[in-house]
Amino acid sequence: MTRPTRLEINCTTGEESIIELTDAEIAANEAAQVQAEADRLAAEAEAATKAEAKAALLTKLGITADEAKLLLA
Amino acid sequence: MPSTYTLISSNVLSSTAASVTFSAIPSTYTDLVLRTSTRQDQSFANAKLFGIYFNGDNSNLYSATVLNGTGAAASSTRTDNPGSATQYDSIYVRGSDLSTDTSNTFASSEIYIPSYRATQARVVGSFSATENNATTAYISALAGLYTGTTAVTSIGIQAVATFEIGSSFYLYGIKNS
Repeated sequence: MTRPTRLEINCTTGEESIIELTDAEIAANEAAQVQAEADRLAAEAEAATKAEAKAALLTKLGITADEAKLLLA
Repeated sequence: MPSTYTLISSNVLSSTAASVTFSAIPSTYTDLVLRTSTRQDQSFANAKLFGIYFNGDNSNLYSATVLNGTGAAASSTRTDNPGSATQYDSIYVRGSDLSTDTSNTFASSEIYIPSYRATQARVVGSFSATENNATTAYISALAGLYTGTTAVTSIGIQAVATFEIGSSFYLYGIKNS
C-alpha cells in the first residue's frame, strides 16, 4: 500500500519536496478524520433535537412556524 | 488583472497529498492570495473541508465565522480553535469536492491574507464554491482570525482526507503599488 505523502514547495528556490508521512502523522490524520466526522454528527444531532423541540412547542401553542415568525418580527 | 498581482508559486498535484505547504514565502508583497481547486478522496461530509494554517503553527490560535448555503438551506457557524485533534487546529475552509461528487470536478476557493508580514493578529477572508452536477452544491464565505504574532512565511493547506490528483494550488502576491 502506498504511504500517504505531503507536498512542500519552497517559494524562494522553487524546490518541491514530496515527503512521506510518519506513522505518528498518519495516526493523527486518521484520528482527526474520525473526530471531525463525530463532531459533525453531534452538531447535526443537536440541530435535529432543537428542530423537534421547536416543532413540539409550535404544536403546543397551536400556531404555525410562519405565525411564530410574525409574532417575533 | 493589475500588474501588482504576481504568481509566487503553484502546483497541480501529480500524486495525492495529505497536505500542501508553501514555504519561504518572499516578504516583498503587501498581501497574499491563495487560489485552490481541490477534490478529496473520501465521501464523508467533512471531507469538503481543508485547513489553512500559518508558519507550521497548529496551536489553538485560529477562529472563524462561516456562512454556508446549499441551495436548500443556509447556515452560519462560529468556531474557535476548531481542531479536536491538535494537528487540525487551523482555519477550516469548506472548499473541496468529495469523491462522490461528479467525476473530474473540483471545488474552487480564494483565500485572501492581507498584511501577511505584520507581526500581529491577522484576518483571513475566503470564498468557496463546490462543483457538482446535482441539486446540492455548497457556497461558503468565511471570515477568519489568526492571533499569531509573527510574519507569515509559510502557509499549510491540510486536507481532512487526501487531496486527489489534479487538485491545484496557486499562491499570488499583491503589492500596494
